[in-house]
Amino acid sequence: MSASTSAPATGTGVKTPVPGRRVRRLSGRDKLVLGIMVAVPTLIQLVLIWIPTLLSIGLSFTRWNGLDLSDIKPAGTANYEYVAQDYPPFWPAIQHNVLWLVFLAVIATPLGLLLAVLLDQQIRGSKIYQSVFFTPVMLSLALIGIIWQLFYNRDSGLLNFLLGTAGKPTAVDWFGDASVNIWAALFAATWRHAGYVMILYLAGLKGVDPALKEAAALDGANATQTFFRVVFPAMRPINIVIIVITLIESLRAFDIVYVINRGTNGLELISALVIQNLVGEGQVIGVGSALAVILLVISLVPITWYLSRAFKKGAEE
Amino acid sequence: MSTSLSTRPAGSNAAETGSRRGKRHYGTHIFLAVMAVIWLIPLLWTLFTALRPKADTDKYGYFSLQGSFSFDNFVQAWNQGGFSKYFWNSVLITVPSVILTLFLASLMAFAVSRFSWRFNVTLLIMFTAGNLLPPQVLAAPLFEMFKHIQLPYAFSDSGNLLNTYVSVIAVDTAFQIGFCTFVLSNYMKALSPDLTEAALVDGAGVWTQYWSIILPLCRPALAAMATLEVIFIYNDFFWPLLFIQSGDRLPLTTAINNLQGNFLSNYNLIAAGAMITAIPALLIYVALQRHFVAGLTLGSSKG
Repeated sequence: MSASTSAPATGTGVKTPVPGRRVRRLSGRDKLVLGIMVAVPTLIQLVLIWIPTLLSIGLSFTRWNGLDLSDIKPAGTANYEYVAQDYPPFWPAIQHNVLWLVFLAVIATPLGLLLAVLLDQQIRGSKIYQSVFFTPVMLSLALIGIIWQLFYNRDSGLLNFLLGTAGKPTAVDWFGDASVNIWAALFAATWRHAGYVMILYLAGLKGVDPALKEAAALDGANATQTFFRVVFPAMRPINIVIIVITLIESLRAFDIVYVINRGTNGLELISALVIQNLVGEGQVIGVGSALAVILLVISLVPITWYLSRAFKKGAEE
Repeated sequence: MSTSLSTRPAGSNAAETGSRRGKRHYGTHIFLAVMAVIWLIPLLWTLFTALRPKADTDKYGYFSLQGSFSFDNFVQAWNQGGFSKYFWNSVLITVPSVILTLFLASLMAFAVSRFSWRFNVTLLIMFTAGNLLPPQVLAAPLFEMFKHIQLPYAFSDSGNLLNTYVSVIAVDTAFQIGFCTFVLSNYMKALSPDLTEAALVDGAGVWTQYWSIILPLCRPALAAMATLEVIFIYNDFFWPLLFIQSGDRLPLTTAINNLQGNFLSNYNLIAAGAMITAIPALLIYVALQRHFVAGLTLGSSKG
């Protein structure tokens, strides 16, 4: 929408401003105002986001019970060794995070794309369908956990009733049974993710030049070919955003498993393990911070990839 | 848009390519209708359960249509279940957070998009990256920082920043500034430089340019971001969970974490609580759908 920025100004010569040139024309008071405009948000970002991030890295190399600051003892890499070798939920959590990503990438995201493509045709009731699929996006993942709990319950849930197992010994406690609960949680997460992807792709599809599709049709391409060879590549900016959203969502997944059982018993995720180590009775801040740093390092891969693309493109314009 | 495809029978699948209203859409309609029903079932089941008295579901079972329907569970959750308090807490956290976020982000976006100076891209990258971090990464240091900031008891009954709305508002704001700055700066960049050049010649200061020229032009973007941020912050589960210990200070989204314990397997009450929590978000969606969707697509238009 706002991407078409390069509407050149008529004759003012400030289309590509030389750094510093325009600032020099400012009075001292203007510079002060501008300085405050930048300094206040930047300070907030530094104090509440970036300094804590650095402190997390620092704390991950210490041993601390979280009580007195003077109790912080250096621990070298002991926390990381403990996490990788002796902390039972760590590797299951890694597996679950990978599974979360694969499920969103293979099921939820393509489903959202499919819904967008179907709804982009001018079919009757398109707006109503869109509203239905988009509704879960308005809800928090914590609330989605509660709503699906009511659906999945062993004795009172609708699913066991529909399967004909309600009240029988074969009834499954979908969120309680460690062998199935990760899949049950993933379906609940898909309920939200697919609608999110759908709405972004609907906007993307509207932005594709219809002439491209016409040209492809004239060249004898069928609908499938036109979509995969012409329309889909033309939505590259949206595709990148969707990839990043899918990656980040699978790393940030927390609320839903925390609401179900605090991320234990089959629902371990790295984010949940971080919190278990920080707030539990043990209060092993060092171990929790080591897990947080592992989460940070993994997250920085998609973040860096996205930002390098977003801002390289911005500089070209 | 897609109907304007060429009608030339170019290949064997031309009929699908030239799909028009009505014809050849039965399969699509069946698929969409089935999906829509699946999509609605969890919410409708919650609403259905919430509308039935516990006595009736005990008597007839949860899978039955007998018995009465009423809003009694909603009233009970609202009055005795503490949901009126949780709702008020949500308002007290969401409103200041959204106003602060938009104000600070628009200041920053104005400074980095309308003026060229050395570090503006670096700062913009820093802001955007901050918004993408998993919040759990910062949990321990923020918790300890807030615990070790001593405050007079008149201001906070915990003697520090924990258990206060201020802690949640501050961190929610810090987290959301990045995203809003990114979107608003793209929006402001698209506004012609002539607008402020002319004002500059007339001797208008930086603040006048920001407040009287740029900000009014950003109204559509601000409306979209405000709608989006209200939903984001209302739906925030994590920061209140981390900072607020007293159950009666929790906002709705975090309070539902305690539903199961508080309502002791009274699924009718739990369902009513879930519906009460969903209603504000759904109302905003119905009233401001256009702005919400515009906000989401603004955020992704540049990638």
